[in-house]
Amino acid sequence: MNETAQHSDSIKPLLELSGISKNFPGVRALSQVSLELYPGQVTALVGENGAGKSTIVKILTGIYQPDDGRIDINQKQTRLSSPQVASQVGITAIHQETVMFDNLSVAENIFIGHAPKNMWGLIQTKKMHQDAKQLLERIGANLDPSIELKNLGIASKHLVGIARALSVNTQVVIMDEPTAALSYKEIEELYVLIERLKAEGKAILFISHKFDEIYRIADRYTVFRDGEMIGKGLLNELKEAELVKMMVGRDVTGIFPQRTGTLGETVLEVKHYSHPTEFDEISFSLRRGEILGFYGLVGAGRSELMQCLFGISESSNGALTLDNRTLHIKNPTQAIDNGIVYVPEDRGGQGVVTGLPIFENITLPSLNKLSNRGFLSLAKEFSIARSYSEKLELRAASLDQHVELLSGGNQQKVVIAKWLATQPKVIILDEPTKGIDIGSKAAVHAFMRELADDGLAVIIVSSEIPEVIGMSDRIIVMREGLMVAEYSKATVSPELIVRDAAGIAEHVA
Amino acid sequence: MNSETQSVSAASQSYPDRLQSKLRRVLVSWELLLLCVAVFIFWLNTQASPYFLDPWNLSDATFNFTEKALIAFAMALLIISGEIDLSVASIIALSSTAMGYAVSIGMGTTELLIIGPLVGLACGAFNGLLVTRFGLPSIVATIGTMSLFRGISYIILGDKAYSGYPSDFAFFGQGYVYWVITFEVVLFAVFAIIYTLLLHRTSFGRSVFAIGNNPTAALFSGIRVNRIKFILFLLTGLMAGIAAVCLTSRLGSTRPSIALGWELEIVTMVVLGGVNILGGSGSIPGVVLAAFIMGLVTFGFGLLNVPGIVMSIFIGLLLIGVIGLPRVWTKGLHFWKSIVSR
Ligand SMILES: Nc1ncnc2c1ncn2[C@@H]1O[C@H](COP(=O)(O)OP(=O)(O)OP(=O)(O)O)[C@@H](O)[C@H]1O
Ligand SMILES: [Mg+2]
Repeated sequence: MNETAQHSDSIKPLLELSGISKNFPGVRALSQVSLELYPGQVTALVGENGAGKSTIVKILTGIYQPDDGRIDINQKQTRLSSPQVASQVGITAIHQETVMFDNLSVAENIFIGHAPKNMWGLIQTKKMHQDAKQLLERIGANLDPSIELKNLGIASKHLVGIARALSVNTQVVIMDEPTAALSYKEIEELYVLIERLKAEGKAILFISHKFDEIYRIADRYTVFRDGEMIGKGLLNELKEAELVKMMVGRDVTGIFPQRTGTLGETVLEVKHYSHPTEFDEISFSLRRGEILGFYGLVGAGRSELMQCLFGISESSNGALTLDNRTLHIKNPTQAIDNGIVYVPEDRGGQGVVTGLPIFENITLPSLNKLSNRGFLSLAKEFSIARSYSEKLELRAASLDQHVELLSGGNQQKVVIAKWLATQPKVIILDEPTKGIDIGSKAAVHAFMRELADDGLAVIIVSSEIPEVIGMSDRIIVMREGLMVAEYSKATVSPELIVRDAAGIAEHVA
Repeated sequence: MNSETQSVSAASQSYPDRLQSKLRRVLVSWELLLLCVAVFIFWLNTQASPYFLDPWNLSDATFNFTEKALIAFAMALLIISGEIDLSVASIIALSSTAMGYAVSIGMGTTELLIIGPLVGLACGAFNGLLVTRFGLPSIVATIGTMSLFRGISYIILGDKAYSGYPSDFAFFGQGYVYWVITFEVVLFAVFAIIYTLLLHRTSFGRSVFAIGNNPTAALFSGIRVNRIKFILFLLTGLMAGIAAVCLTSRLGSTRPSIALGWELEIVTMVVLGGVNILGGSGSIPGVVLAAFIMGLVTFGFGLLNVPGIVMSIFIGLLLIGVIGLPRVWTKGLHFWKSIVSR
């Protein structure tokens, strides 16, 4: 489409893919796509969930072999036959689902496979920790290199992943939805980092579903749709609406769904909820038909609070009333039985059960309801799974496809589907549209509103400011485990909640 | 700046339940491969000895695997859930010792039938507590109880043996229900069906698979991970107790060395049956076939007068082979593909 744009400037691409195809059983993930990355420039790769973005990343990092096509690096045809080869030619990636080692330290995770060694071939722990500290500081992460990874939250783990990608000398840096788990502050730091990498002449591939980010950081775009390359060119020559249209294949408008139902009686009442380490004195109430938003920076204790309401951890103090009954929720089973469900933030670790097919994932929390004296009916399971897959526009080859073979955004839909299938009273969504493409995101938003209008009470935890403001009837801001502000839809503004979350000025509404 | 959109119902997709037909799934299954192997070994046995096909002879052949298979069923569930119990053979010893003691103080068959499984259950509960309450890795905990349970038998029995079991007790290990069909074979068949249904048709079984694949996500889906694991240890202990009744009845005596080394054969049987040693997948029909295969091989070696030590070498090789083969197979496949694609 905008092919002319790239001929007009003289720089040659550092990396060039052409005619790449990749098939999986029942799915054509990529068909004859091309992609160029230029030194000192950020190329944004956009496309819907399942368009094939992560697949091309895996081809570039030697994890998958393409069925067809060629790869040129510095005008030389190259075969990326394994991850080792890819990293030798200087391609590193921060993957969408990061693979890391929970029982190793931060430093060990960063330097795994290429730790500094002394003349005897032993690892120089001290040097490794120093280098790790430096790298972490470079990306603005203030983490202790010696603590074990399992003690970190998902966002900090992500930062470790970024540090790892930068620990080797690279020419090409690939970031597959790097900001999905990060909040506003860390995203700003990531931008600074990307600018620095650009200045160093690295070629960067940036995958994101957030258009404001793309316009802010990227120079070029490439659009994939259903495994095909639809268009590419320079971003400053293309309006956002056109880019969205190219990606989704239809016109989209920009409105959050409005409430049509009326607020009902109070369903959930939380009073003085406290936890020994994570949060303190949290009180709020939630009405039927209401969407309550929680905003805060990473580490503000939002996820910990939600997990506590869901029975993953026990509160040290405080009371929870649901439909005027005081409950002591000790485990998730009780929470689910009482109608409180939680869509976790860590999709791979806590959300989907990899190794099980889609339909078994969807029915997992409803097994007791679906079974007759403990016996399951496959027909019933398939029909439930099918109806929620359709509602959420899941993209899958079949219902018995293993869930780990789905694209990231489609895995998220499976997690949402499994909770909707339990027909809850209160649904807590922790970063619900993380990694979901713009079209489906609107579908999820519309669906959330529909649920609320049908009388469900919804809590949404989100680090995305437009989302939390656009969707919520009320917003609570948390900082360092405390509630610092509460706003109604009428009084809220992005500046206010950002200020409260960062603690620039104390303000309690 | 606002990138929010309203979806204009996207082209909806249809979802087939499954991509592969049932026939195709059966054809590529591990179970079919096992069935072929079982038939082949059966044929080998008929070649090795003309007496093999005699119904009474075949009936005798079943004693080689029925007791172990009873435990293997429960062990399969335990391994699928990501745990293991290496103390099962020692549970047999302790349970058998308890029954022997009961006889020595004058108890009858009914009491024995209660005591044997009950001791198994108690041992299972102990293992389960160690793993689910105190968080010990099951491989460590059950290596410990493996020594503990058998150690108690040694202390009670020393170099003596209990015998003198009541004559009607003999039925459970030596009796025939009808013609050549032994009580043990009936028990084996009944439990094979029960465990197949339990694992593949109930919500309990589904939870076992979920736990084996991702215990955290299972917990976050409202599955009581620890409770289910505890029940699995209980079941394994119970099955070991039931196997102890059969074995004691068949041997007619109890020594502390009873069922020595069985845990290895039982784990081999489970893994041969296609259960992933790391948890998460497997099937009971696979374990049933694996039981037949191991029984037939043992019997065949018996016919050929192969010494016992060769049998344990064979079991060891089988275990390594079964765990290693699939990996070698996929590596080979990759290699082949990379040659072809050049
Ligand atoms: N190993 C696999 N086996 C089978 N199908 C696969 C496999 N990997 C990916 N797919 C399929 O290929 C398609 C492209 O997936 P991919 O992960 O590249 O999407 P994506 O563009 O990264 O989406 P998202 O925005 O949701 O992350 C999807 O339909 C997915 O289900
Ligand atoms: Mg992806």
